[in-house]
This record gives sequence, structure tokens and C-alpha cells, in this order.
Amino acid sequence: MVKKLCKAAYAGIIYVFLYLPILVLIVYSFNDSKYRGNWSGFTLRWYQELMRDRTIISALYNTFTIAILASLLATVIGTAAAIGIHHMKPRAKAVFMNITYLPVMNPDIVIGISLLALFVWLKFKLGYITLLLAHVTFNIPYVILAVLPKIYQLNPHLEEAALDLGATPLQAFFKVILPEIMAGVVTGFLLAFTLSLDDFMVSFFTTGSGVNTLSIKIYSMTKLGVSPKINALSTILFIGVLSLLIILQQRASNIKE
Amino acid sequence: MKKIISILMIGLLILSLAACGKGETNEQGYYNKLNVYNWGDYIDPQVLEDFEEEYGIKVNYENYANNEEMLAKIQAGGTEYDVIFPSEYMVEAMIKQGLLLALDMNNLPNMKNIGEQFKNLPYDPDNKYSVPYFWGTMGIIYNTKKVEGQVDSWNILWDEKYKGDILMLDSSRDTIGIALKRLGYSLNTRSLEELERAKVELMNQKPLVKAYEVDAYKDMMIAGEAAMALTWSGDAMLLVEENPDLAYVIPKEGTNLWFDAMAIPTTSQHKREAELFIDYMLRPEVAAKCAEYVMYATPNEAAKALLSEDVIEDELAYPKGDIMEKGEVFIDLGEFTTEYDRVWTEIKAK
Amino acid sequence: MKKQWLSVPYGIWALVFSIAPILIIAVYSFCSRSAYGNIIYEFTAENYGKFLEPIYINVLWRSVLLATQSTLACFILGYPMAMIIAKSTIKKRNIMVMLFVLPLWTNFLLRTYAWMVLLRDQGVINQFLIYIGIIDEPLKLLYSHNAVLLGMVYNFLPFMVLPIYSVLSKLDNSLVEAAEDLGAPPWQVFLKVIFPLSLPGVISGAIMVFMPAVSTFVISDLLGGGQTVLLGNLIQNQFLVARNWQFGSAISMIMIIMILITMGITSKYQGEGGGRQLW
Repeated sequence: MVKKLCKAAYAGIIYVFLYLPILVLIVYSFNDSKYRGNWSGFTLRWYQELMRDRTIISALYNTFTIAILASLLATVIGTAAAIGIHHMKPRAKAVFMNITYLPVMNPDIVIGISLLALFVWLKFKLGYITLLLAHVTFNIPYVILAVLPKIYQLNPHLEEAALDLGATPLQAFFKVILPEIMAGVVTGFLLAFTLSLDDFMVSFFTTGSGVNTLSIKIYSMTKLGVSPKINALSTILFIGVLSLLIILQQRASNIKE
Repeated sequence: MKKIISILMIGLLILSLAACGKGETNEQGYYNKLNVYNWGDYIDPQVLEDFEEEYGIKVNYENYANNEEMLAKIQAGGTEYDVIFPSEYMVEAMIKQGLLLALDMNNLPNMKNIGEQFKNLPYDPDNKYSVPYFWGTMGIIYNTKKVEGQVDSWNILWDEKYKGDILMLDSSRDTIGIALKRLGYSLNTRSLEELERAKVELMNQKPLVKAYEVDAYKDMMIAGEAAMALTWSGDAMLLVEENPDLAYVIPKEGTNLWFDAMAIPTTSQHKREAELFIDYMLRPEVAAKCAEYVMYATPNEAAKALLSEDVIEDELAYPKGDIMEKGEVFIDLGEFTTEYDRVWTEIKAK
Repeated sequence: MKKQWLSVPYGIWALVFSIAPILIIAVYSFCSRSAYGNIIYEFTAENYGKFLEPIYINVLWRSVLLATQSTLACFILGYPMAMIIAKSTIKKRNIMVMLFVLPLWTNFLLRTYAWMVLLRDQGVINQFLIYIGIIDEPLKLLYSHNAVLLGMVYNFLPFMVLPIYSVLSKLDNSLVEAAEDLGAPPWQVFLKVIFPLSLPGVISGAIMVFMPAVSTFVISDLLGGGQTVLLGNLIQNQFLVARNWQFGSAISMIMIIMILITMGITSKYQGEGGGRQLW
């Protein structure tokens, strides 16, 4: 019992640590001042201004479509790659792993500028597609790194058994292997999605033709001070995603009962 | 479940392709798309919508956070930006590298609205390539409750009394610039000796400095958590409005005068529409709208007349007399830039 | 069907979008510089020589130290959390994982600004501590080494917790039970059974925390008050202030080579010593 309480307390503290800044951010979306200096009164002005600024709405749309597409693509390519890498000979494995580390350790600005040079050299017109390609590129390694430990954990006889029982390789993968490594695949997807949403530097250098993302919008405001409009937007998004999560969770538990 | 996901995916793909439709000529004879590249939140969004409505040209609006970022994108190519908003030294650097198109003054009748003292400045001697958008000064913002006596010199930033209460700008040109000014040198110096002396000054100052900042220092000043900060006039005005204890001063040793301009980069495929946009931005009512939104000082005299009395009379934003006497304008340092960067790294990494 | 072929699409992708760009950066790093920072294709090794100056070596050392500290902190805080999530019921697990990444879906800059509000002299944390009487004078929390460390842990913690959790969630429970049946005390079960089995997850997590931590720059700028220069700041400045892409490229090449060598040595050592590979 005491052990259980300790665990709950520990988890509680960690979650408070994670959500404290989010709470601050939400509170300041209702602050009358443009700055985060002092509390100077309650207002809904930033929400109204947000509705007026259509450039933010289009940036929001780009941000989410890119993040979803890029992390889905990266999850598919990365999961396949992780399985392949696991079955490689040690030397080939080492080469592939080193290649995988490249985008993880390269500073964003270096990835951004080098991809910009590459796209221009390949005569690509900068825009939505180049942005997507860049995001998939820095997402794949995180998926591989998330999936590999699960594959390592996999019982090698599992697939053999499935094949012996008459499953096609594809069936064996989808019915036996995939469910076993699913936690890793989901983790990889979540990490990739998170990175995509938040990326500024790489996005900045690989976009063009008026395709803005939210991060680009926000960082470009630092000269004049990041507007609380963005806090307002974040609040709406946060509450939205949280409610969605709660609804899904409740439906899931209803079904189980 | 799988079906839903695949339908969603296809939907997204179609939408994303639809987002980048082809441009063509509209009824008024203009190409119907214009790519504008600007700092974030540096324009009243309403102005863009009005422009679209009036001319039937869709504005693709994209942002950057820093002059060098913008330069890197323009240099690389692969983009079709039509109008950009570089700062004065960047205008100069871009002219020297042949990255700007010469403006046709016949297409910019509203250029007459710009005050004479803002025309033909050293960074673009005949205004062949750029039109000023906003301008201002650099100075010290201080909390009158924490700082006693008259503030009129950069020396106060080196005063031991305010140890841990001083905020400096995290920008090599600006912070090194005021150290040079304090020593009586030009803030565009290319003398290694003068630069090294400024470095020693700033290293001595470092123990007194609370932080080198670019944006969040404004919050600290409003909250009264620091005695003084180096700041630009536009921001100073907003800060004083938030906290009446604050005051802004341009030190007597002289300061930096800054200008942000509008220009057309060589990546532009539609110069006529770009000039149309710039001329539109020069209209008194449009420039006034932007000045009200951004709260920076406009060089557009006709627009200034439309602003409220309080704003124009505010000496913080619009210093009286010959502004050129107040300070120097940054000149691009070319290859000497790396020396400033080395010095800056040495100061910060100490 | 040979499984290795599954990595072919990734191989091609990496060749075009990871390796080709690195080659471009490698070429830049050996090029000369014009007055306006343009790349001149004339060979020089000067950019590498420049890095050997003491101030830059100092920056390198400090960055590696800070990244190591934040990786360790993430591990110490994250491992128990991963265990707690993994031991929860399946129903709870999913929501706990989602709640872990959700804060990261709001913008990084806004989150960091929020931390500044919390850590300030008259910020929420100081006022709370004064209110409950632990301290009389506000602590200097913001603009310090610890503030930078905190920022890193805050932003990178999920990258440590999630891979460990995903491995722990499917741990072969019969092994744990066997150890318990044989009379091993709980801490021995953990040290000898659970922890070794979760090692692949820990390694993944450590890589995903350490590497971005070496090259980060916004956290040190904002929470450190710009008073600490890290490798990330240095590279950033070369590209965006000094217009010295050549030097920036050289620094990042040095960093890449250094890390690859370290990884090579550790994996070899593990391969021989432990008779087991990283994965």
C-alpha cells in the first residue's frame, strides 16, 4: 500500500513538472498585457485577434498536415528499416546505425542549410513537398531508435512458428510480429509527430512559396515579442487534444465493460 | 479503422496539393499571386487582406526571424519571394552582392510621402533599391524607482551599484556597438585595436550583467526585476506604456539609428506587382495602420499626420530635430564580421 | 525472403537526404570565404585549425559535460517513471503515455518562456517558497547552469521515458517470477533481471537525449541568459551572425566525427567484453 502511494506520488510530481509551464502559458493567454511581465487584468482580446489573423490559421493547417504525413511515412519506412537492420551482419548494422545517428546529432541549422543546398541543386521548388521530405528525413531515425529495442526483445521463434503453421510472411508480420512490437512503433510515431510539430530551423530553410508553419510564425515574432495570440491558440489546441483524449479513453473503457 | 485512416490520408494529400495552386493573370491585368517575406507580426494583417481585395492578388505571406536567415534563403534560390523587409546593413550587403532589383520610381508615386531626412541614406544612397518602412533608435530603458539621478550616458551600464540588475542585448553588433560608442569610437569600426578595447570593456562589465537577451528582457523590465536594459525605441515605447516607472533615454555619446526597409529581391518573377505592393504600403492610411499595429516610428510623413497627437509628440518614438545628429547607422562590415563574432564569443564564453 | 531488404527504402532515403547533405557540408568545411561569406571553392584546412583555439575547445568541453549531465538526470528521473507506466493497467497505460507527450505539442519557445515566468526572482516558484517560509530572499533560479539543465531535462525527458517504457511493457514476466521464486530480494531481481533486459531501451533513450542536447542552443540562450556558449550556439552563430558557413560546417563535421568514433569504440568494447552488441 505504501509502495503504491509512493508510486502515485512520484508520477504525480513528474506530471506536475510537465504541466506547470503549460498552466502558466494558458493563464497568460488571458492576460491583458502583451508581455509576460505582470498580471494586468483578464481579457479575451487575444482570442479575438487570433480569429482575425488568417496567416496563423493557414500556418496551423500546414503544421498539422506536415506532422501527420511526415510521421506516418517515417513510421512505415523506419519500422521496415529497423527490422532489416536487426537481421544484418554486424558490420552492415554498424554502418546503418551510424547513418541513423547523423540527423539525430546534427544541429538543426546544419540539416536545414544542407538540405536547402541539396534541394536547390536538385532543382526542386521549395514549398510543401520539400518541407515534407525534410521532416521525414529527421523523423526516421527516431522511429528506428524507438522500434529497435522492441525487435531485440522479440522471440525469434515466434515468426518461425507462425510460418510453420501455414501463415504467409505478410500474415506472419501483421498478425504476429507487428502486435509484439506495436508499443515501439507507437512510441516512434509519437516522437516523430512531436518533433515535426516543434521544428523551426529545418522547416525554415526547406520551405518556400508562402508555406509557413506555426513554429516559423512564432520564432519570427521574437523581434517584436511573441504575441499572446499564440498562447491563445496553444490553449485552444491543448484543451482540444485533451478533451479528445478523454473522450476516446472513456469510449474505450465503455467498450471493455 | 484502417479505412478511416486511409481516407484521411488521401484527403490530406489532395488538400495539400490544392494549397499550392497555379498563378495566372487576373481581370485587372495583374499576376494573381505575390510572395511577401517579412518579420513575424511586423504588419497589420488587415492591410494584406485589403490589398488582396483591391487588386485581386493573393498574398503568400511567409516569415523570417533574422536578416541572415532571409539572406541565406535568397542566396540559395529555389524560391520566388517578391517583397522583402531587410534592415539597413542588410540592404547594403544585398546591393553589393547584386541580390536586389532596382526600383522604378515611376511606379512608386507614394514615395513622396517619405520624409526628406529618411531618403538617400548611406546604406542606399539614391534609394535605388529600397524604401524605408520603420525606423528608430537604440538606448537605455531604466526603472526610475531603482535608478537614482540623471541617466544620460552609457556609463551607467558599467556602474557597480547595479550589479546583477543590468540586461544587455544578445546581439553582437548592438552590444559591442555601444561599448565602442562609450569609448568614443565609431560603431562601424574596422580597427582591430578599437574592437579589442571594446572587448575588454564588455568583459569587465560581464559580472554586472544579469543576462544577454533579445525578447524576454522586456518581461523582466515590466515586472521590475531589473534596473535597466539596452533596448530599441519601438519596444521602449510599449514598455513605458505597460509600466509607467520606466523611462527611455538616448545617451549623449550617441547611439545607433536603425531602419527597416522594403525591397525587391532578384528572386522575384513579378516586379510590377511587387512595386504595386510597395507603393500600396506607402499610402498614408496603410502606413498609419501598420504604425498603429506595430507601434514603431514610421518615416512616412503623410501617415504620421494621421496618427494621434500623443504618439507624434512622444519624443521617444519621434525625437525632435535632426535625427542624424543622434547617432550612426550600421554599415555592413563585410569580412570583418567574423572578428566581431570572435570577440562576442570570447565575451560570452568567458 | 531476406529481411535485410526491408531497410533498402530507408537506405536510399538516407543516401539522398542524410548523406548527400553531409557531403555538401563536408565540402563547405574545406572551402574559403569571400568578403560576404559566400562559398569559394578553393581548398583550405584553416576552418579546422581555427577550432583548436582554446576558447572553442572550452566550449566543446562544456557542451559535452552539460549533455552528459542532462542525459544522466533524464535517466534517473525517467527510469522509475517508465516502470510505473509499464506496471499500470493497459487502460491507464495509454493515457499516461499520451499525457507524457502532450505538453510537448505546445510550442517549444512558449514553454521555455513559461519556465522563465516560473523561475524569475519574483516568479511563481520563489513566491511559493517565500510564502511557505522555506526562504526569505528569492533564490537566483533563472540564468544559471541549473536552469539550463532543467530546461534540457524538461524537453528531453519523454525521449528517455518512452523507449524504456516500451521495452519494459513487454518484459517476459516469467523471468521475473522465476527470480522471485528462487528467493532473490526485489533489488536483486531489478539489478540482475529487469534492468539488463531493459538495456536496449535505455541505450535508445540515452542516444535520443544526449545527441540533441549537445547541439541545442535556444535553451542555453533563454534560460542561461546567453552567458554560456555551447556548441549549438557556436554553430548557429557561424551561420546566422558571422556569415561564416565554412567554420560552422567544420565545427559540425568535427562533432559528427567525434561522436561516431565514440560510438564505434563503445560498441566494439561491448561486443568483445559483454559478448553482446548494442542491439
